[in-house]
Amino acid sequence: MIDVQSVGKRFGDFVALEDVSLEVPDGSLVALLGPSGSGKSTLLRIVAGLEQPDFGSVVIGGEDVTPVPPQKRGIGFVFQHYAAFKHMTVRDNVAFGLSIRREKKTVIRERVNELLEIVGLTGWADRYPAQLSGGQRQRMALARALAVQPRVLLLDEPFGALDANVRQELREWLRRLHDEVHVTTVLVTHDQEEAMAIADRIVVLDGGRVQQSGPPRELYEKPANPFVMKFLGPVSSLGDRLVRPHDLLLSNDAGDGLEAMVTRVVYLGFEVRVELELASDGAVSVQLTRAEADELELRAGDIVYVRAPVLSA
Amino acid sequence: MKALRVVALGYLGALLLAPVGLVFYRTFEHGLGAVWDSITTPAAISAFWLTVEVAFIAVVLNTVFGVIAALTLARGQFRGKWLLDALIDLPFAVSPVVIGLALVLVYGRDGWIELPFQVIFSLPGIVLATIFVSLPFVVREVTPVLREIGDEQEQAAATLGASSWQTFWRITLPAIRWGVTYGVVLSTARAIGEFGAVSVVSGKVAGETMTLTLLVEQRFTNYDLAGAYAASALLAVIAFATLLVMTRVRPR
Repeated sequence: MIDVQSVGKRFGDFVALEDVSLEVPDGSLVALLGPSGSGKSTLLRIVAGLEQPDFGSVVIGGEDVTPVPPQKRGIGFVFQHYAAFKHMTVRDNVAFGLSIRREKKTVIRERVNELLEIVGLTGWADRYPAQLSGGQRQRMALARALAVQPRVLLLDEPFGALDANVRQELREWLRRLHDEVHVTTVLVTHDQEEAMAIADRIVVLDGGRVQQSGPPRELYEKPANPFVMKFLGPVSSLGDRLVRPHDLLLSNDAGDGLEAMVTRVVYLGFEVRVELELASDGAVSVQLTRAEADELELRAGDIVYVRAPVLSA
Repeated sequence: MKALRVVALGYLGALLLAPVGLVFYRTFEHGLGAVWDSITTPAAISAFWLTVEVAFIAVVLNTVFGVIAALTLARGQFRGKWLLDALIDLPFAVSPVVIGLALVLVYGRDGWIELPFQVIFSLPGIVLATIFVSLPFVVREVTPVLREIGDEQEQAAATLGASSWQTFWRITLPAIRWGVTYGVVLSTARAIGEFGAVSVVSGKVAGETMTLTLLVEQRFTNYDLAGAYAASALLAVIAFATLLVMTRVRPR
């Protein structure tokens, strides 16, 4: 378990972390989610020992590691830009931590082969990082971090430098890997979809503070404040209320809804996004299923009535 | 494009290749035997070995210092960094003769610093002068390489358990090895060819403190033109060999 206790950190005048506390249960996968400058990477680097906090402490597995250098924290760290050792083969990269620990050659070889198989790089052992794709390099970096059997795996925007489709694939792969290996993992990301898809718990950071933490669904459905609501998914504002676009209801009958004109109907496969101009003022976007949209026979220029469900936000 | 190529090649040809070629032509004009005799006199052999010795000491020291200074400049955050950065270029800015005179002022008879052994008109003085003039090369080759590779690999090594020392030898040094090599080659060439500073501090005692460049000058002023050409050719050959080594070891 990782226990971060009221940690603060400044860089000159910039306050990176105000007073952050955080618990990561053993074997779980926690995402630190926030916009750039929110302090999420700084927090991860403090857990790793790559930065020192100005105050507060970091406890890993019951041991206060605040004064312990990164070498002795029992962590594995994966960087956004891979930090591959360019002059070493894939095999030597993965073996690095073990050879520093002076393991026997045969032991290293066996363990490296095992890891290369787990990350799907068996045929690439004798290549150099420059000969690998971005996704392969990051899998190599992951194998390298896992080779030393860390107590804690720390991932700093691990898929941030990859193409969208590779990112999605690696994300699912990492989740499966975590279900097999069960190493306590903290992942930093600015991509809410990534956090939702992969994490057991999400900690939303902004302005150096924890805005909310909890399981993905709880954060999505019961956001603690407008920032979390906006950051975790699309929002529409209706009057002074923030609502998810798919929670809004459309109807052809006046009822108690607000009058609006359809400006655009966008087909997104299963879903349809309807953009509206309110008669009172302001634009609203509503998400419907295709069936719902077909039933309403919506066209640009139509007049409809929109209302928010009772007690949603 | 063609015009540019003609300009570049013409410039090189007129200012570099023709004079050096002429030296070789003049050297071998009277046959190999004469050349061989001229570069195997006791004075010439002594000058050759002194040059090699001085260059070796200066380059080794400047390489160690250069890598340390480059690490300080590229990785360190401290007050007065700009001053260190500027000071390193001082040997480029100051004329070698001035450097030689400065060394005499500091270490010479009645100088600021008195050491139990003789510095000026002796080997230590020549080494000091050579170190001074060849100091910037390794620093200036290695610093940009260090900046470019960044420190993420070093951080990764730390998280994998490597000490700073292990990280330096296993990650940093292999990553900067071509920068170091290039710096070493340039330093060597500069050290072997140094004339001005060395000529002030050496005293030019034949067989003792006479380096190859000083020998060339001495023979030239003594109207021993053939001897001067032969010694020059030897210098040029050493320089070519150094450059050749460099192009051979450079990465693809």
